[in-house]
Amino acid sequence: MTENKNRAGAQLHAYVDGELDAAARAEVASWLAESPDDAARVGAYRSQIAALHREFDGVLLEPMPAHLSEILSVPSPSYRLTDRSWFRAAAAIALFAAGVGGGWLARDAVPSSGGSATALVTQAVGAHAVYVSEVRHPVEVGVDQEAHLVGWLSKRLGHKVRPPDMSAAGFKLIGGRLLPDAGQAAAQFMYEDDGGRRVTLYVRAAAGDNTAFKFATDNGISAFYWIDGPLAYAITGTTSREKLLRLARIAYEAL
Amino acid sequence: MDFNTAVAEQTPRLRRYARALTRNAVAADDLVQDCLERALARWRQFKPNTDLRAWLFTIMHNLHIDALRRDKMTTVSLDEIGDPIATPPAQEPTIRIRDLAVALDQLPAEQREVVLLVGLEGMSYKAVAEVLAVPIGTVMSRLARGRDRLRILIDEPGAPALRRVK
Repeated sequence: MTENKNRAGAQLHAYVDGELDAAARAEVASWLAESPDDAARVGAYRSQIAALHREFDGVLLEPMPAHLSEILSVPSPSYRLTDRSWFRAAAAIALFAAGVGGGWLARDAVPSSGGSATALVTQAVGAHAVYVSEVRHPVEVGVDQEAHLVGWLSKRLGHKVRPPDMSAAGFKLIGGRLLPDAGQAAAQFMYEDDGGRRVTLYVRAAAGDNTAFKFATDNGISAFYWIDGPLAYAITGTTSREKLLRLARIAYEAL
Repeated sequence: MDFNTAVAEQTPRLRRYARALTRNAVAADDLVQDCLERALARWRQFKPNTDLRAWLFTIMHNLHIDALRRDKMTTVSLDEIGDPIATPPAQEPTIRIRDLAVALDQLPAEQREVVLLVGLEGMSYKAVAEVLAVPIGTVMSRLARGRDRLRILIDEPGAPALRRVK
């Protein structure tokens, strides 16, 4: 009896952690529909995982302390560009973007002002790189709880924010998460197409005036970003520039 | 991509894991520093086309348990003289710990590691078994015990308690 119970318990963890094949998953899902106690356990384990990310994911975006980067420092420019620290990455992206964009970034090329568009795109690209490769926990709240997701993130950002429907371009919303950005709340919505390619839409309160679309790219990750009213947006992915621009237009019109 | 660059890419994850393990930013980065130094000193032992993240986390795990063993030697002597804090309170434990990070501290180290590697790092049970050099069944039982303990400590099913930030 106890052994059966333990085995059932192990199944619940395996279900939460994506360790089951499709058949076993379906079996557990139908079991959960009839067993509120076990459904509550699954909910509790999932909120533990989400709470761990809320508590500790901020570390991922902290600048690397100098004594750590020194250990790894090698005279390789590509290393410096991506890994020295987020601050350096910000500077590198600013320079690159200023180069391709014909200098329009010059006025906010100093990444220290937290509200600048450059700081925004750096955070957006960083968050994209971190979460888009997550197989198990790409989002904190899934699209199955879209109303909760929208309510929660709107509340934390202090502005109404709703993930746009980008299915016309083949991308479906899979969920979103809350992120720290220079002491403010930011939201990341993640979309996926049929081929498993993912793009993210990063949103946070904006300090500046409205802008046109701007483009930046770093290490194969590209972003279009803009400020519209009280919010700044960045749509980020590894898709082609044209595809990304199409998604940016859809998002801009919907938001 | 050269080896240092690949290691550098994993460093934010190592820092996150170390922070969650030690709950002390300075101690965490000391652990990361030791881990990076050991990894670079032993880079020849890394087999190309295997999982670098798992290799680095294995190094960090070994350093962490070494440190715990060192610390344990100190606490043994405290136990012998009778540490008043170690005595459980006589009354019912009415105060529930509502803070996830504090609750994590209450877990035995072996359970905390599994809860973090699976939950925070998103590693498969198989990868965790390799990192910790234990059978997969041990990973699963530590995970189950750790999560159920956390659930009690955080006063489940009060899920809003988990949402609370500080």
